[in-house]
Amino acid sequence: MWHAMAHRLNALVGNAACGGRSLPLVRGLLLLVLLTVSATVCHARGRHPQNDGSRPAAFQWADTQWGRVLLMKDYNTRIVIFGVAVLGGASGLVGSFTLLRKRALMGDALSHASLPGIAIAFIAANWFGGNEKSLLWLLVGATASGLLGVAVILVIRNQTRLKEDAALGIVLSVFFGAGVALLGVIQQMDTGHAAGLEGFVYGKTASMRAADAKLIAVTSLIVIAGCLILFKELKLLCFDEGFAGAQGFPVVALDVGLMSMVVLVTIVGLQAVGLVLMIALLVIPAAAARFWTETMWRMMLWAALLGTCGSIVGGLVSALFPGLPSGAMIVLVCSIFFFISMMLGTRRGVLIRFLRRLRLNRRIDRQHLLRAMYEQIEKHSGGQAGRDLALRTNRRTPVTIDQLLSMRSWSRRRLCRAIDQADEDELLRMHEGTCKLTQAGFTEAARLTRQHRLWEMYLIAYADVATANVDRDADKIEHVLAPEVIDQLEDLLDEQGMMIPVPISPHGIVNDDPTAVAGNPPDRSPEAST
Amino acid sequence: MLNPQERTDETNLPTAARDDGSGADVPLSVYDLTVAYHRKPVIWDVGFDLPAGQLIGIVGPNGAGKSTLLKAVMDLIPRASGRVRIFGDTYRDNRHRVGYVPQRESVDWQFPVSALDVVAMGLYDKIGWCRPVRKKHRDQAREALTRVGIGDLADRQISQLSGGQQQRTFLARALVQDADLYLMDEPFAAVDAATERAIVEILRDLKARGKTAAVIHHDLQTVPEYFDYVVLLNMRVVAHGAVEETFTQDNLQKTYGGRLTLLDEVTEAMRRRESSI
Repeated sequence: MWHAMAHRLNALVGNAACGGRSLPLVRGLLLLVLLTVSATVCHARGRHPQNDGSRPAAFQWADTQWGRVLLMKDYNTRIVIFGVAVLGGASGLVGSFTLLRKRALMGDALSHASLPGIAIAFIAANWFGGNEKSLLWLLVGATASGLLGVAVILVIRNQTRLKEDAALGIVLSVFFGAGVALLGVIQQMDTGHAAGLEGFVYGKTASMRAADAKLIAVTSLIVIAGCLILFKELKLLCFDEGFAGAQGFPVVALDVGLMSMVVLVTIVGLQAVGLVLMIALLVIPAAAARFWTETMWRMMLWAALLGTCGSIVGGLVSALFPGLPSGAMIVLVCSIFFFISMMLGTRRGVLIRFLRRLRLNRRIDRQHLLRAMYEQIEKHSGGQAGRDLALRTNRRTPVTIDQLLSMRSWSRRRLCRAIDQADEDELLRMHEGTCKLTQAGFTEAARLTRQHRLWEMYLIAYADVATANVDRDADKIEHVLAPEVIDQLEDLLDEQGMMIPVPISPHGIVNDDPTAVAGNPPDRSPEAST
Repeated sequence: MLNPQERTDETNLPTAARDDGSGADVPLSVYDLTVAYHRKPVIWDVGFDLPAGQLIGIVGPNGAGKSTLLKAVMDLIPRASGRVRIFGDTYRDNRHRVGYVPQRESVDWQFPVSALDVVAMGLYDKIGWCRPVRKKHRDQAREALTRVGIGDLADRQISQLSGGQQQRTFLARALVQDADLYLMDEPFAAVDAATERAIVEILRDLKARGKTAAVIHHDLQTVPEYFDYVVLLNMRVVAHGAVEETFTQDNLQKTYGGRLTLLDEVTEAMRRRESSI
């Protein structure tokens, strides 16, 4: 029962969520990206001496390296940025699936494990006198060792009692360590052309050629197409593997398919993002997107968008400063997106959750206030006979703040805030330290009190809660009672012959004579009924 | 009393054992089914025929292998041995005639999908690979949600449903499968009274339409009320048959026996210690 109620609470809070506010925020994010880029430009213009030619800087702006990169005048830059952008979109999509499948770290293991493969491919190509920088061979090596790493993880997980996180940690570090050692070996070799390999570790768009970028773009497009075509199947796999299997979908094959897409994105992304930080592009956009929506395709759209923006900005910055690894820049930009999403996300953001909780607390305070007022009026109205009528005529009985304060353990400040708000909503009138209920306030107070007592009676009659504890327990739950639950309570209590407009409190009201508690056991008070 | 485990008589063998094409009217037949995790058997030599058009309760203590049995029937986990027949054929061939309600805890309810999305998943097999979910499928899903009484919550994200509503969503997903045999893994676990009544009603409705439902159930008190037939399971099948004959104190003792005796022993030990002080 409590469990169900907790869920109902969730549902209520969730309903208060505001939808359809995402569009301005999309614009805001884009604006932010533009600002970042232009700020970098301005900064650089002030510091770099390329601009000190004969013409004023303002006129030759477009001809500087900066202008060329930012306006994408070079065919090469254009292609590279396009390739990186598509890569960001593809990783956003694939990353959403792996995040939901709770396999996000597999991509990390895969990319780290690819380093020894790259190094070995380089050495082998060198040995056989081939072109040691041929990207294709390096990527084949990367794939082979990356997959080997994943296989080792699976073996460790399945054959030993070690958990997956331990397996990931072992494989990731061992393979990466081996890769670093092999890079050191390459540095010692006579050829000494290993400089290009560092781009694989941290990512370097500056050193990418058009052909590399085309490979990235084509592979990423294939992955995007795969995600879209298999959207339904992968969604089912990520949500409910067992049901997918029962329906005859080949779970293992689908997992392999998803993993292959991760492999493709990771391997072609090595050059652009670098193997250390490739995981950022797989996880951060997807995780950030989750704050904005409760729908899967929207989440994927957001993830793709954020991934694309992050990659473009990171790629541009790295193209401008060959010393700045693009991986680091992409991570930084993505993490800004993530932080904004985490705070402002319209569905699961920190701020919206805080507001929802605040709103709920305010509502609860108001309900407590109204009920306290009602109970005070009830006290004034005295006896049982004609109680309902007496209550109505005593509606305007003034209740002092001190009286209200003694009803519950609330601070004066909190009580006064609740009173002010109720006053604003015309539920009561506040005058010189005393409150009077309005007609609307009285109706609401009667309804709330009734709800509270129905629930109390239910707890006593059916849940065997002691009369002394019942007020506290009912207090927690009454604020979240849905109308249908009230209906059920009424039906139940009606069968017991206890239906009354507002039943009498089963435990007496605070400050009352404690003997009143024993005097009125609820399941024996039919005389109170109208 | 007849002990179903003594299968000396050939005619008592489950149809799955005969494999002569007979048993097309037997919704689920299991023969000699053994499943092991890490060489430790979870269910052992399980065999029975389920009668068609009845509500069947699968009952047994925790860890008796009830979920494992259902999963093994649906080829979700490898079998060490044994044979399973669904309407006289393999699960693979007849899986479209089986609807499945997994345990509610088996999925992450924070997943970004609505109740309607979840129910539509029951149609994915029919929709086919790579084809999108269309309006008629969504209408079908909505109808199923209405049938379980939460049609108005169709567009809600699933974490915003109560436990009972989540369970009903799973039930609706099985209903859209329009199967002949339903396998349900503890649909009554931790649901509110209203949901329990709704589920019972749906089960009876299924029965009225000639469907069979095999339901893993924990609450022994309600077994005679909800089910016609019962399979008592504790690693092995202790007994199976119509509720009136099979659901006896004696058989329950055998099913839950290990634990009950242990408890008795502990109580006895406590008592002895107390008396000695």
